[in-house]
Amino acid sequence: MTKINVTVDGTKYADEVEPRTLLVHYLREQVGKVGTVVGCDTSNCGACTVDLDGKSVKSCSVLAVQADGCEVTTIEGLQAQDGTLHPMQQAFHEHHGLQCGYCTPGMIMACRDLLKNNPDPSEAEIREGIEGNLCRCTGYQNIVKAVQAAAKAGVSA
Amino acid sequence: MTAVEERTGQIGQARLRKEDQHLITGRTTWVDNMTVPGMVHLAILRSPMAHATITSIDTSEAKARPGVIGVWTGQDFAETQGNLPCAWPVTPDMVNPGAPSLAVTQVNHVGEAVAVIAARTKVAAQDALEAIDVEYEPLPAVMDMEEAVKDGADLVHPNTTSNKSFTWAFESGAAGTGAPIEDALSAAEVTVTRRFIQQRLIPAFMEPRSTLVQPVGDGVLMHSSTQVPHILRTMLALTLGIPEHKVRVVAPDVGGGFGGKIPVTPEEVITTLVARKLGKPAKYTESRSESLMSAHHGRAQIQDITITAKSDGTVTGLDVHLYADMGAYLRLVGPGVPILGAFMFPGIYKFPAYRFVCDGVFTTKTSTDAYRGAGRPEATFAIERIMDELAAELGMDPMELRRKNWITHEEFPYTMVAGLTYDTGNYEAATDKALELMGWDELRAEQKQRRDSKDPVQLGLGISTFTEMCGLAPSRVLGSLDYGAGGWESAHIRVLATGKVECVTGASAHGQGHETAFSQIVADKLGVAFEDVEVIHGDTQSSPKGLDTYGSRSLAVGGIAIVKAAEKVVAKARKIAAHLLEADENDVEFENGNFSVKGSPGASLALGEIAFATFTAHNLPDGVEPSLDSDAVYDPENFSFPHGTHLCAIDIDTETGQAKIRKYVCVDDVGTPVNPLIIEGQVHGGLAQGIAQALFEEAVFDADGNLTTGTFVDYTLPSAADLPSFITDRTETPSTSNPLGVKGVGEAGTIASTPAVVNAIVDALRPFGVNDIRMPATPERVWRAIHGSAHAGRAEAGTNAYGGSSTETSDGGNA
Repeated sequence: MTKINVTVDGTKYADEVEPRTLLVHYLREQVGKVGTVVGCDTSNCGACTVDLDGKSVKSCSVLAVQADGCEVTTIEGLQAQDGTLHPMQQAFHEHHGLQCGYCTPGMIMACRDLLKNNPDPSEAEIREGIEGNLCRCTGYQNIVKAVQAAAKAGVSA
Repeated sequence: MTAVEERTGQIGQARLRKEDQHLITGRTTWVDNMTVPGMVHLAILRSPMAHATITSIDTSEAKARPGVIGVWTGQDFAETQGNLPCAWPVTPDMVNPGAPSLAVTQVNHVGEAVAVIAARTKVAAQDALEAIDVEYEPLPAVMDMEEAVKDGADLVHPNTTSNKSFTWAFESGAAGTGAPIEDALSAAEVTVTRRFIQQRLIPAFMEPRSTLVQPVGDGVLMHSSTQVPHILRTMLALTLGIPEHKVRVVAPDVGGGFGGKIPVTPEEVITTLVARKLGKPAKYTESRSESLMSAHHGRAQIQDITITAKSDGTVTGLDVHLYADMGAYLRLVGPGVPILGAFMFPGIYKFPAYRFVCDGVFTTKTSTDAYRGAGRPEATFAIERIMDELAAELGMDPMELRRKNWITHEEFPYTMVAGLTYDTGNYEAATDKALELMGWDELRAEQKQRRDSKDPVQLGLGISTFTEMCGLAPSRVLGSLDYGAGGWESAHIRVLATGKVECVTGASAHGQGHETAFSQIVADKLGVAFEDVEVIHGDTQSSPKGLDTYGSRSLAVGGIAIVKAAEKVVAKARKIAAHLLEADENDVEFENGNFSVKGSPGASLALGEIAFATFTAHNLPDGVEPSLDSDAVYDPENFSFPHGTHLCAIDIDTETGQAKIRKYVCVDDVGTPVNPLIIEGQVHGGLAQGIAQALFEEAVFDADGNLTTGTFVDYTLPSAADLPSFITDRTETPSTSNPLGVKGVGEAGTIASTPAVVNAIVDALRPFGVNDIRMPATPERVWRAIHGSAHAGRAEAGTNAYGGSSTETSDGGNA
C-alpha cells in the first residue's frame, strides 16, 4: 500500500492505496465520488473523465498514485457552493444534451475542458474535440448544441 | 391534418427534462454506485471456448486466495438454478434445449459463465479468477447458419436432433390476407432477388449491467440495471421458485438499454443464488469486455428476398426467407424478434401477395435478442433496399416506384397483406416535406454533373420511406403469436391532501424522459402544474404492476393508461365537487383544474380544494370513499404506426472508399407530439444507431467462435466526429387508435436510417456496376466494390474485423 494525498472537489484526502489502483476506482470506492463512472475497460468511452491539476484525463488511465499531491475535480465539484449549476451543466440541461445520463459526467467534464482550450470552436472542432467520449443515446447533436451555447455565453472555465 | 399545430397546455410543449438535475451533477443511483453493509463482490469466470465439454473444474486454489468467501460452479447450482426463461415460444414445436445460468457440463459460446467467486472486495474476486482450473474437451464450433441446418451438421446442443429451433411461416393466400404467393411468382413480369446480410450488432448501452441482491427474510430485494423490473420479478420467481410476492425488483437509474437490458440474465440469477447461499448481499458488475461478449447481441439474419412486379412498376408479390441466428440459447424474447419483423417486410406498400418463412438457428455464438427496433429494422432494410433494386431493374426513379405502390392517405385505415390494419398515415406529406428540406432536385443535378465529370468524389442519394408497428402491444395479438405475456400497461394516480399529484407507472424508463412526458400529460388532464406532478416508476413495491419499457410502448400504451386513470380521478372529483357546491353532477364543468357550476359564475372549486376535502373526509357524498386516487390498466386494441421519409446524401471518395454523410433529412410522423424536445432527441439517437449499422458496427467472430470485436477498440460505436448534424422535422397525423393520437418514437430513427444510408451508397456506386454492399460499408468494402472482381481474392483473405473470410463464413453468404 502507498500513501497518497489528493484534493478532490476541494476537500483534502490522505489515503492508503494499492499501487495498481486506478484513479477512477480510488475516486469511486475510497472517496465515494460515484458520480464519476466506468463505461469500458479500454479507455475508449471517456465516461470517467475528470480534471487532474487543470487537465482533462480519463481517470481509468491514471493510477491513483499518480494523483498524489494533485487536485482533482469531478462532476460533483462543478456546482457553485450555493447550488448554481456550472454553465456547461446548465447548457446540457437546456439543450437536452443527455438522455440516460451515464456518459454525461465525463462528457460535461470533456466539453468544459474543450472550451478552456478553445473558447470559440467550430462545429467540426467540437465534434473532433469530444471524440474521446462516447454517447449511445443522443447522437451527439444536442451535445454539440450545448457546447455551442456555452461557448456563446462565454464559458471557458 | 399534417401541419404542425400551435398548442396551449403542457402536451406539445418542449419542456426541459425533470430527469436531468441529478444526472448532470453526478448524484446518480446506478446500481454499481450502491454498497450495503456486509456486501460481497462477485466475479465470474467465463468460457474461452466457443463449444466444449467441461471435463473438470478445480476451485480449491481459488477458494484459498485472500479475501475469497466462496467459489461455485454450475454443478453446485445444477439443481437450483433452473433455466433462463424464454417467454416467446413462436411455434408449438420450437426446440428450447434449456439455458443454464452457469454452464454445468458444456459451454456453447465464448463468454458463457462457468464459475462465480464471492470475495470481500471486487479486486480480490477478480484476482482469484486465474486460480480456477477448468479442463475443456473442445467440440467443433458451429458458426455458419446455413451449414448448421444441413443434415449431419455438428450439433450445438447434444439433447437436440437439429440446430434448427423453429420454422415460422406466414403466407397471405393461406392466411386469407391476400393472394397466394406462388401465383404472384409464376405470373411475375419482373422479378428481383437479393440476399441481404443483417450483420450482428451489440446494443452497447453505456452503463455496464450491474445487479445487487439482498436477501430479505425468505425473499430477495434485487437492484438491477434492467429495462423490465416487473417482468424480471415474475420470471425470477418462476425460474428460482421464490414466491413472487417475496421478490422485489428495483431499477434505479438505468444507463440505457436499447433492448439490451430486456432479458433475465445469467448474472441476475447467479447473483441471487450466491446471495441466498451466503445469506449476505452480493453485487456483480460486468466489465465492458464481459458485456460485449456475453450480454445479448442483435440482428444477425440472412435475408433472401424476392420481389415481383408488373413491368409498369406495380408490385405484385414479396417472398422472404430468413435465417435468424439465435446464438447458443433462446433468451427472453429472442425467437420473437424476427417474427415481429414478419409483419413489417411489406412496409408501406400495397402488396397483393406475401410469404415469410423464418428458420431460427442455434450457433455457438452469443445469444441474440431484442436490439432497438427488434425485427423491424431488419425488415425495413430489406424492403427499402429491394425497392431500390426493383427501381434499378425497371429503370424507374426509386421515389416514383414508391409513390406508385404506397398506401395513399385517402386509403386509411388500410389492412395490409400481413394482416395489420394501419390506422392512419400520410406518406405523401412526409415525403414532400423531406424532399423540399433536402433540396433533392438540386442534389440530383449535382450528382449528374459529378458523374459526367468523373469526379473522384461521387454523390449518392438514398431513400427510406418506412413505417413501423409500435405501442407493443394488443394482448390478444400477442396471444395469437404465442407470446407468454400481455401488452397492457398500468397507471395509478393519487391526488395528495395538498393538491400535489403522484403518478405511478408500470413503464420503466432508462433515459427516455418518462418523468417529463408523463408529467405533461397529467398536468393537462388534471389541470395541475407540471411541477406538481411526481412520476414514480421502476420499483415493484411502489409501482407494483407493469410491463415495462420496450417497443416504443411507454407513451402509446403507458401514457394512455395515465389518461384513463386521470379521467377516473376527474370523474370522482366531479362527484365530490357537485356535493360541495350543492349542484347537480351533470351541471359541474371541469376546466384547467377547476370545477364550476354551469350558469353560476363564482361557484367553483380547484382540484386541490377537493383533494383536501377528500383528505379530511368531513363532508363527502354518501357512499364515496375518502380518496382521490385511481387505477387504470390499458390494453391497446391496435398497434400504432409511426412513419416517415428519410433521405441521405453521401459523398463517396472512389479513391479511398471513404463514405461520408453530407446531408441527412428525416421527416417523421409520430402522431401528436407530447414533448418535441424529447422526440427530437430520440430521433437523433436512433439515427446514430441506424447509421452505425450501415457504416461502422459489426460483431465479428473468427472461425473458432471468438468475438474479435470484444472491446470498444474494435466494436466501433460512432463518436461525435463520425456523425453529421441531422435535419429533423415532423408531420402530424394523429393515431386514431388512442385518445392522445400518439404513436411512439423510440425506434423510428434506427429503423429508417440504415437503408437510407446503404441506398445512398449503392446509388453512388451503381455506375460502377455495384448493386449491393455489405454492412458496415467500411472504406475497404466500398473500395473493393468499386474496383470489382479483380480484387475479390484479396477480399476473401481480408481482415476478419471488417468482413474478410471469417465474417463471410460466420454469417453465410458473400457480398
